[in-house]
Amino acid sequence: MKKILYILQKEFTQIFRDKTMLPMIFGVPIIQLVVLVHAATLEMKSIDMYVIDKDLSSLSTKLVNKFEGSPFYTISGKSFSITEANKEIENNKADVILHIPYGFERDLIREKSSEIQLQIDGINGTAASLINAYSTSVISDFNKDIVVELTQMPQLAKIEPIAIQTSYWYNPELNYKTYMLPGILVILVSIISLFMTAMNIVREKEMGTIEQINVTPIRKHEFIIGKLVPFMIIALFELAFGLTIGKLFFHIPIVGNVGLLFGFTLVYLLVVLSLGLLISTLASTQQQVMFISFFFMLVFILMSGIFTPTESMPLWAQKVNIINPFYYFMRVIRMILLKGSEFWDISREFFSLLIYGTLMLGLAVWRYRKVA
Amino acid sequence: MLKQTENIIEVKNLVKKFGDFVANDNLTFDVKQGEIFGFLGANGAGKTTALKILSGLSFPTSGIVQVAGFDVYREREKVKKNIGYMSQKFSLYEDLTVKENIRFYGGIYGLSGKYIKEKTEDLLKRLKMENIKDSLIKSLPLGWKQKIAFSVAIFHNPKIVFLDEPTGGVDPITRRDFWELIYEASDSGITVFVTTHYMDEAEYCDRVCIMDQGRIEAMDTPALLKNQYNAKNMDEVFIQIAR
Repeated sequence: MKKILYILQKEFTQIFRDKTMLPMIFGVPIIQLVVLVHAATLEMKSIDMYVIDKDLSSLSTKLVNKFEGSPFYTISGKSFSITEANKEIENNKADVILHIPYGFERDLIREKSSEIQLQIDGINGTAASLINAYSTSVISDFNKDIVVELTQMPQLAKIEPIAIQTSYWYNPELNYKTYMLPGILVILVSIISLFMTAMNIVREKEMGTIEQINVTPIRKHEFIIGKLVPFMIIALFELAFGLTIGKLFFHIPIVGNVGLLFGFTLVYLLVVLSLGLLISTLASTQQQVMFISFFFMLVFILMSGIFTPTESMPLWAQKVNIINPFYYFMRVIRMILLKGSEFWDISREFFSLLIYGTLMLGLAVWRYRKVA
Repeated sequence: MLKQTENIIEVKNLVKKFGDFVANDNLTFDVKQGEIFGFLGANGAGKTTALKILSGLSFPTSGIVQVAGFDVYREREKVKKNIGYMSQKFSLYEDLTVKENIRFYGGIYGLSGKYIKEKTEDLLKRLKMENIKDSLIKSLPLGWKQKIAFSVAIFHNPKIVFLDEPTGGVDPITRRDFWELIYEASDSGITVFVTTHYMDEAEYCDRVCIMDQGRIEAMDTPALLKNQYNAKNMDEVFIQIAR
C-alpha cells in the first residue's frame, strides 16, 4: 500500500512538472467544448438556393419570395439556364436548385395542380435530407396559402383533418448543444484516460526506467494501480470541469444525479484505462501507441452515437457496439443529464461495463510482464 | 579485506536462445560473496543477456540459475529483494530531482520514509552533491547521473548489485571516480557483478570472465589471466581470446 503512495507521488510530480500537461488538462476541454459544440451542429442555417424561374408569374415569384423570406435560405443566383445552375452546384456555390417550369401558374389555375423540381446536392446525405425536409415544408406552406387564394374559400385554410402537435421531450427546443456537449465530454474523458495511460507507460519503456522498476520487488498490481489512479483522478476532474463549463456557458440541463454520473464514469474508466494499459503492453514506442489508440478511438467515437443515432445503424454495427465502451457512456451520460435517469434505468449499461472492465483489466494485467 | 568463499551466484549450464540465435551458450560459473566479478566481452557477446537473466528481467531457456540462494525462475521476487541493478540505458527519471529519484526508488523497495530521509542526506553528503539535490536529473552531466544511479541501485542495501556497462560514454577520470564508489560498496559487503568492454576496468575486478559469441572463453583473476596468456595487460589477453 505504501509503495503505491510512492508511485502516486512520483506520477503526480511528473504530470504537473510537464509543461504541456496543465494546458492539456485545462485548455483542451475549453477549446473542444466551445469550438466543437458550436461547430458540430446538424442544423442548416444557410442553404444556398439557385432559382430557375421560367414562369416569371406572380405565383412563381411568390414561391421564390417565400424561400427568400425564410431565415434558412439565401438565393445565391437566378437564371433560365439549367447548365448554369448545374455548374453552380458543381462549384459548390449552391446546395439546391429550385426549378419552376414555364406554365406553372397557368396549370395551377386551370388544372389545380402543377409541378416544380428540387435538385439537391447529395454529397452530404444528412444535409441533403435536411434541405429536402425544409424545402418541402416551405412548399407545403405555400400550398396552403394558394389554396385559399385560388378557391377564394378562406375557411379551407383552417381545415386540418388531423392536427399534429409535436413536442420534444427532454430537449424541447431540440437544442443541438444540449445534445452535443455531453457527447464531447465523453470523448474528452476517454482520450485523456486512454491515451495518457498508454503513453505514460510506454514512455517509461522508451526511457528504460521500466526496467529499473521491473527489477524491484514491486508487485504487478501495485505498479498498475499506481499508474492508473492518477489518470482516473484527472479524467474525473475533466468531467467535473467540463460539466461546469457546460452548465455555466451552455446552460445544459443537469436533470439527473451527478453522483450517479460520476459513479458510472468510474466504472467506465475501468474499461478505458485498462484498454490504455493493454495498448501499452502491445506497443514499445510512443508512435505505436498513437497509431493503435487512434485506430480504436476513431472507430469507437464514430460508432458511439455522438453524431448519428446508434439505433439507425445496421444490425451488425449495433452488435459490434457491444464492445464499444464509448457507446455505453454516450448513452448513459445523455440519459442521466437530459432525462434524469435513475440507477435502475442505466443498470444494464452499468453492469455490462463492470463485467467488461473486469475482463479488460484482467487481460491487461495478464499481458503486462515484468519478465521478458 | 576478507573474501568469503560462499557462492552467492551459482550458474549451471545456462542457455538463452532467441529463436535460432544462441545468446548464452551453456554458461557455468560461480560468484563468491563480496567479490567484484567482471563480465567482459565485445558488444554482442551475450553479457547483457546473462545479466538480465541473473537479475530476473529475462527467463533462461534452460539451466539452473541461483542468485542469493534463490532460484531465479521460481523465486524471482525473493531474488529481487536482494539485488540492485543499474543498466546501461538510463534508469533515473530525467524529469525528477536527485532527491525525488532516491525517494521513489527507496519507497518502492519498501523502506520507511524516515530511513529514506536520513540515508539520502548521508548519501548526498558523501557524494558531495548536497547543493544539487533539488536539480532535475536531466540538467546533470552524465558522470554525475551514473554515480547517482549507482547509489540508487544500492540504496536498499542489496546483497548483490548488477551493473551493466555502468561507465559507458564518460572520461577515464570520471570512470576512476565511479570505481571508487564500487570499491566502497564492495567494502561494505555488497557483491558486485559488472559487465564492461573497457579492459582497464577489468584490472579493477577480483575475478573476470571473458565471453565471446555467447560462450565463456576464460575465467580467472586478472593477474593469473595475464600470466596464462603471457600478456602485459588485460587488453592483450582479450585480443588473444577474441581472435
